[in-house]
Amino acid sequence: MNWVWFHRFGSPPYFFRVAGKMVPWFASLAAIAGVAGLIGALGLAPPDYQQGEGYRIIFVHVPAAVLSTMAYAVMAVAAGVGLIWRMNVAHAVAASCATVGAWFTFVALATGSLWGRPMWGTFWEWDPRLVSELVLLFLYLGYMGLRSAIDDTARADRASAVLALVGVVNLPIIHYSVDWWNSLHQGHTLLKFGKASMPSSMLVPLLLMMLAFAMYFAAIVLVRARGEVLHRERNARWISAAIGPP
Amino acid sequence: MVHWLYMGGYWPFVWPSYVLALFAIVLNIVLARRALRAAKNEARRRAMAQRSDT
Repeated sequence: MNWVWFHRFGSPPYFFRVAGKMVPWFASLAAIAGVAGLIGALGLAPPDYQQGEGYRIIFVHVPAAVLSTMAYAVMAVAAGVGLIWRMNVAHAVAASCATVGAWFTFVALATGSLWGRPMWGTFWEWDPRLVSELVLLFLYLGYMGLRSAIDDTARADRASAVLALVGVVNLPIIHYSVDWWNSLHQGHTLLKFGKASMPSSMLVPLLLMMLAFAMYFAAIVLVRARGEVLHRERNARWISAAIGPP
Repeated sequence: MVHWLYMGGYWPFVWPSYVLALFAIVLNIVLARRALRAAKNEARRRAMAQRSDT
C-alpha cells in the first residue's frame, strides 16, 4: 500500500493548505444534511407510539452521543500517531478534537437528561451508559487540563497522548454497556439483531442528523487544527506565504 | 403552529434539547474561528517583526 498521502499530511504547510480547502466542503455538507435532517426530524417523522412527540429529542441526542465517542476515537488515533511517528500535525489534530468532543459529550448528557425526565421520571440515574458517558466527559476535561498545565508543547503532547490512549478503554464500555449490564437506557438505536430498530421515516432523519454532526465535527476540527498548526509553526518561513499579507 | 410547538406536552424537554445543541454548534464555530484568527494575527505579527529585524 502506498502511504505517501499519509506522510504528506505530516508536513504542516501541506496540511494547512489542504485542510483549508476541505473545510468549506465539510461545512456545506453539514449544513445541507442538517437542514434536511431537521425538516425530517421536526416535520416529517411521525410521533412514536409510546413516547409521542417526546422521542424527537433522539434527533439531537444520538448524533451528539455518537459525535462524543467519534471525537474521542479520532483524538486517540491522532494522539497515537503523534506519539509513535512524532508527527506534530497529528498532535495538533488530537488537541483540536478535545473541546468539541467535550461540548458534545455535555450535550449528549444534558439532552439525555431532558429525555429521561418525562420517560424515566428522573433527570439522572446511575446507569452504566450514563456513567460511562460521564467518565468520557471527565476524560476530555482531564486531557484539556493536562495540556494546559504543561507549558512545553512537546511534553504536553506526549503526556496528553498517553492519557488519550488509556481512555480508549472507555469507548467499548460506552457502546456495550447496554448489553453487558441491566440498563435503564434503551438498547442500540440503529441496529437490533441486524435490522433497523425504527421505521425509515424516523431512521432517515436520524442518519441525516448523524451525517450533519460528523461533517460539522470534521470542519470544526480542521479549522482548529489549522490554528494549532499556525501556533506551533509561528516562526516558520512558510507561514508568510500561507496566510498572506495583513 | 402552536400545536407543533406544544410537542404533545413535551415542549419543556424537546425545545431546550434543540436549543442546547444549537448553542453548542454555534459556540464551537465561534471558538474555532476565533482561535484560527488569533493564530493568524500572531503569525503575521511575528513575520512583520522578523522582516523589520532584517
